[in-house]
Amino acid sequence: MRQEYLTILENRPLTEAMWKLVLQGNVDAVTTPGQFVNLKLDGLYLRRPISVCDKQNGTITLLYKVVGHGTAQMTTREPGDVLDVLLGLGNGYDLDASGDMPLLLGGGAGVPPMYWLCRELLAQGKHPTVILGFNTRDEVYYEEEFRALGADVIVTTADGSYGIKGFVTDAMEGLEDRYFFICGPEPMLKAVYKKSRASGQLSFEARMGCGFGACMGCSCKTITGYKRICKEGPVLRKEEILWDA
Amino acid sequence: MGRLSVNLCGTELDNPVIPASGTFGFGYEFAELYDINLLGTFSFKGTTREPRYGNPLPRIAEAPSGLLNAVGLQNPGVDKVISEELPKLAKVFHKPVMANVSGFSTDEYVEVCRKLDAQPQVGWLEVNISCPNVHGGGMSFGTDPQAAAEVTKAVKAVTTKPVIVKLSPNVTDIVSIARACEDAGADGLSLINTVLAMRINLNTRKPIIANQTGGLSGPAVLPLAVRMVYQVSKAVRIPVVGLGGVGSAEDVLEMMMAGATAVQVGAANLVDPYACKTILEDLPAVMDRYGVKNLTEIIGGAH
Repeated sequence: MRQEYLTILENRPLTEAMWKLVLQGNVDAVTTPGQFVNLKLDGLYLRRPISVCDKQNGTITLLYKVVGHGTAQMTTREPGDVLDVLLGLGNGYDLDASGDMPLLLGGGAGVPPMYWLCRELLAQGKHPTVILGFNTRDEVYYEEEFRALGADVIVTTADGSYGIKGFVTDAMEGLEDRYFFICGPEPMLKAVYKKSRASGQLSFEARMGCGFGACMGCSCKTITGYKRICKEGPVLRKEEILWDA
Repeated sequence: MGRLSVNLCGTELDNPVIPASGTFGFGYEFAELYDINLLGTFSFKGTTREPRYGNPLPRIAEAPSGLLNAVGLQNPGVDKVISEELPKLAKVFHKPVMANVSGFSTDEYVEVCRKLDAQPQVGWLEVNISCPNVHGGGMSFGTDPQAAAEVTKAVKAVTTKPVIVKLSPNVTDIVSIARACEDAGADGLSLINTVLAMRINLNTRKPIIANQTGGLSGPAVLPLAVRMVYQVSKAVRIPVVGLGGVGSAEDVLEMMMAGATAVQVGAANLVDPYACKTILEDLPAVMDRYGVKNLTEIIGGAH
């Protein structure tokens, strides 16, 4: 973990609720797709954890969903503004376990970490299939960006207004034996966990205190003991998850 | 003896800045960022007889100028603290550490304190009778003078190390509890633990924290803590460790003027992992600005 002051290069809406924020500076501490950063915002005491969508050329890209005071305030920040950021937080995905044809699943605000992961897997010569799940057509984002990487992309919407009607699990038919990486709301994680016959890695969300392992605010029970979502997570292996914890 | 040094229950501290229990783990996360030997000492994660997972999630909520937590004393249990955490700590921290002890019965406090008493790394036992986030223990000892005295007396009987009793602000008369602990033999007092609080999610119409209530800490509670440190330190002769919302060198001076011999920093560590280091770097200049030559001269200066 490092604390850095990063400069905003870009901060604009992608859909009604999702925004794209690009930060420039020393981002060396961010090493692995699936990690997150923790942003200090004016007038709020706790930092706000946001997953890293991409890291390139001394910048990191964060895609965030506006859900409360913190994220609403983030939309008001302008290019040139400087943010106090703790970065390089969490374990991230272990790419070595992926196999040649991994399945990447992102749901709603859980899509972002799949992007850098997808790019890295492609760079390793793997052939990922990406399933992106949204509620409705207006909420779809980053489909073109994923296609531009050269991945196979399937989009689902719960109301059927775009792509395949249903949930990401409906697009998984025939792909249940692929090693999977997933980030999204917990019901989605659980559904994919049940449907998949393969192993995989799941990224979890939690209300955090510090984001770097000090406060025990986000500990969960796993088969291999207690884990802090912010430190030993947010990515857990399928085999270690205890859903009722 | 430097201008920052203070004496806490017979042990000289290089400075009065002490990360508070529950905000600093067992030190390692912070030792990766800076040399934690800069600190006066630190109070490690509240330790109980048995391992505890703590409360269900969510355990954390934002508050105006602070946060609520209901971690519920998650810790590996005293035996593992001694066999695993203390040896690891010895590699990164070379000063006496403050051992924070919690329990659900007088027997449990006694057993944990007896075990920690045998550890040479432990400089002080901070007996937490004020955790608001567990049921049937913790704070129930700290809200009744007689129960507080009983725990203090029982713990004192099994240790030669200084016993600092950590008090709850969730009482009508904190001075009577403080006096009861002093009369029962406490070597020092630390206050305040967090303030019992609640936040409600407007969407779900339910408390945000799974435990319903949590403890409020952060700058929001600083004035409350300063008032209680002032009242208690005026009423007792044993040293008081002040905590509650401290986040700057100025806050340290204020707490000491209120009567604190040493000062703990809690919530600030969670939002700024360098908070204690920054406070220590700022202290000499801030002391100069207010004409303070040595910190010891201002303890209780507001009385």
